[in-house]
Amino acid sequence: MKRADLIAALVLAIISFYMMLKSMELPIGWEAGKGPGGGAFPFWLSAGMLICSVLIFIRNLAGLSLESKDTQPFMETETLKLFLTVSIALIAMIGAIHIVGVYVSVPLFVAFYMRHLGKHSWTKTLVISLTIPVVTFLFFEKLLLLLLPKGVTEEWFYIFF
Amino acid sequence: MKEQMVKAKRWFAWAILSIFVAGLFSIPGSVMAWEPKKPVEFVIMAGQGGGADRLARLIQSIIAKNKFSPQPFIPINKGGGSGAEALRYLQDKKGDPHVVMATLNSYYTTPLRSNIGVDIKDFTPVARLALDTFLLWVNSESSIKSVDEYLAEVKKAGGKWKMGGTGTGQEDSLVTGMLEGRFGVKHTYIPFKGGGTVAKNLIGNHIDSTVNNPSEQMGFFQAGKSRPIAAFTPERLEAFPDVPTMGELGHNNMVYFMQRSVIAPPGIPSDVQDFYVGVFKKVNDSAEWIKYTNDKSLGRAWLTGNDLTDFFLKEREVHRKLLMDAGEIK
Amino acid sequence: MDIFANLIDGFATSLLPYNMMMITLGVVAGLFIGAMPGLGSVNGVAILLPVTFLVPPTSAIIFLGAIYYGAMYGGAISSIMLGIPGASTAVATTFDGRPMAIKGEADKALVAAAVASFLGGTISIILFTLFAPLLADFALKFGPAEEFALMILAFSTFIGLGGDSILKTLFAIFFGLALSAVGLDVVSGQSRLIFGDITGFYHGINFLVLAIGIYGIGEILWTMEIDKGNVSLSKANVSLKRIFKAIKELKNTWGTVLMGSFLGYFVGILPAAGATPGSLMAYGIAKSASKTPENFGKGEIKGVVAPEAANNAASTGSMLPMLTLGIPGSPTTAILLGGMVIWGLEPGPLLFIDQREFVWGLISSLYTANVFTLLINIAFIPAFIAVLKMPFTILAPIIFVLCVVGGYAPTNDMHDVWLMLIFGLGGYLLRKLNYPMAPVVLAIVLGPLAERSMRQTLIGSHGSPMVFIERPLSLIFLIISLFLFALPLLKKLNLRKKLESL
Repeated sequence: MKRADLIAALVLAIISFYMMLKSMELPIGWEAGKGPGGGAFPFWLSAGMLICSVLIFIRNLAGLSLESKDTQPFMETETLKLFLTVSIALIAMIGAIHIVGVYVSVPLFVAFYMRHLGKHSWTKTLVISLTIPVVTFLFFEKLLLLLLPKGVTEEWFYIFF
Repeated sequence: MKEQMVKAKRWFAWAILSIFVAGLFSIPGSVMAWEPKKPVEFVIMAGQGGGADRLARLIQSIIAKNKFSPQPFIPINKGGGSGAEALRYLQDKKGDPHVVMATLNSYYTTPLRSNIGVDIKDFTPVARLALDTFLLWVNSESSIKSVDEYLAEVKKAGGKWKMGGTGTGQEDSLVTGMLEGRFGVKHTYIPFKGGGTVAKNLIGNHIDSTVNNPSEQMGFFQAGKSRPIAAFTPERLEAFPDVPTMGELGHNNMVYFMQRSVIAPPGIPSDVQDFYVGVFKKVNDSAEWIKYTNDKSLGRAWLTGNDLTDFFLKEREVHRKLLMDAGEIK
Repeated sequence: MDIFANLIDGFATSLLPYNMMMITLGVVAGLFIGAMPGLGSVNGVAILLPVTFLVPPTSAIIFLGAIYYGAMYGGAISSIMLGIPGASTAVATTFDGRPMAIKGEADKALVAAAVASFLGGTISIILFTLFAPLLADFALKFGPAEEFALMILAFSTFIGLGGDSILKTLFAIFFGLALSAVGLDVVSGQSRLIFGDITGFYHGINFLVLAIGIYGIGEILWTMEIDKGNVSLSKANVSLKRIFKAIKELKNTWGTVLMGSFLGYFVGILPAAGATPGSLMAYGIAKSASKTPENFGKGEIKGVVAPEAANNAASTGSMLPMLTLGIPGSPTTAILLGGMVIWGLEPGPLLFIDQREFVWGLISSLYTANVFTLLINIAFIPAFIAVLKMPFTILAPIIFVLCVVGGYAPTNDMHDVWLMLIFGLGGYLLRKLNYPMAPVVLAIVLGPLAERSMRQTLIGSHGSPMVFIERPLSLIFLIISLFLFALPLLKKLNLRKKLESL
């Protein structure tokens, strides 16, 4: 826990610093008769973030914060495995939406999740993972007129509209 | 277990295949005039709730109500970066026949103010539907009744006169810049999020004057809460017969319009363009549109084809000069 | 007595069988749309607007009003059951609604939300009926300075919402505020914080993207870790007996409901604010005022009723500026406004005089819609609970898919889906390190309002900050917020004294 907290503080400090730099594209000072410039608000807030994360880092090193005394591991191996599996599956699903669209990538994701993590029977897995896209299409696209990305499968759907 | 998996895979392949085959059969012959095959994205260059949004949704409703199109038009707001997001989006949709966009004057000003890699010359023109007008407004409690009195008061305030308007670099600030350039006065320009909020702040006396469109002030005007003192139009507006134009008062060339046009992405076939022109022509002639434009004192200004592109390019130059005068660009 | 005569006329309209049918249809549609993450009343009203051209204007606005109400109730459903705010207005409901569901009290939380929504809605309609024109004038008094002071007041009510570590809470607040600055700077008209020149950042970071990421994706990961991915989400049961019991238990919360309703209503009528800040403030105040603030966030029923009463009250409230000033108080009312224009009605100060039948038909239909929504909502509770009983490994992927669709829907941009995923995964990791997440979400809602109104005021006053204390309304708000900021400190001192005297 101690090490994870240190790494997090460091990463957040870097993000804060980057946001400060980015804010400087617009004036960050007080403009006479006008009040703060366009970059002032994000700049000083990012500066506040930087200060906080540096202090969190120091307090941890000095052994003052709760996390610095916590000897538990940040993630148990089992949790880590689960976290990585789900994250990668999510990334793969969202990435696939760009190419093959929602209606291919979503059923694949649901099927993978149910089969691999849930150990459900193939029948159940298939029924559910094929029902979801149908319901999604009917509810979102037909009823609510919300067009979802379809990638290369775009033209297959012309008949349904 | 393994058998089941093979079965499942086969099932899945069949499902995909059947969707695909069905898709093939559905593509109709090309003899007929082009029609959209799925709902049309109607991109709006501004956020929800503003004037442009309301107008676009009105148009969408007119299309839906009268069934002017076999597929619905779906409004999608892309107001980011004063329309930069929408322009880039449309550029990326090159050749896509199922997208059109409702534009306003940020169509010129946004690419002029920052380099977003978009040249409006490339887009396909569809139709100009209307030109919105601008008036100079004060609260009806104010003693100001004419432009001369207005200018005298602004001068007396010595730069502290509060003019409210939409974001810096947008239409209201350009009209304000026009006033300042012509009369040598100085305002404190306060940008608000939308024209409706500007109107409300005038009535609440939080600002001293505005250059609202008629539609934004109409409700307050009818209730006697605000007073127009001059119109930035070539001729008097029907809804405000007593309000003189700037030209009548001897201030020539003080005319400013907000265009309301529809465009399509670059590289659209001409039969697709014809379809959309046809839809918007029907909107232009519909009873609802005529009533709305009359009520809101919005000038109907039908223009299409190359004439429209010429209009856009001419206006871009006008705005380039306005922005330079206002010190927004070099 | 003019009001009552008008109202009775109005009821005669809204209770016509045809209009009653419109209300029922609208409420059911609204409930489902509202319960979907990412979709709120805006979507429902926008999408169904064209339908309303087929019916007379009064029926049309009644229908849309019913959708609006239904969606307000519906937002609470996914907040409680899935921990994902169904709409931005229902974020505060997740704070305690979700823990209640985990404890197996989902039915109680749903009943509490429904009843509180009903009371909040009803109280605000009564206020609306009695004081509409008066309050319209009040809303006009609100300039940028008052808006800014109100935002400070809102922040001060959140003071109790942080985590154990002050530094991490502060970081979360700064982070949320800084994220809210991404996109367009309205005052200078320039874009800022466009990371990597990605066009998706032009429209800023949508509040829902952050909320769905943190509360949708993050929450599932969190549940997965605790349950090792195997059990169902909740052990809730439901029966008529339990529902009646839950209603009875609500007696102790009437003070909180009243507070939420009044607060929500007043925040709602201000054109700038709307229902989201209203419900968040109500939650903050409920916690500060509570004798047992440590129970909040762990399934305290007052933490459900306060925001729910407030957001329904605010949604009625935000109709006021729309009708009387022609200014929308929320995106939904903006679209309603568009609808009214198409029906040939002119919103504004004259509406109450020129279009009596329409206005009173609408007001009376709000009473009716409220009763209907309550009944329909409670009738659906067993169905909602049945969903919760699905195995987690089926529910979880479905929720993930809903998150993806919900992240995409508001902007139609895949960029926001990626952003949502990053917030979800990052938020989960930070939450494990005791970074509080609620302040980030609150800050991103209030940030843009606070910054803009502050800068507008300062431009108007030529850079002098004195204007905030020169204007009476703004001064009052600032004094109250100062008191609220100091409250936890006072409480602590008091506690120490008590301990010392022991």
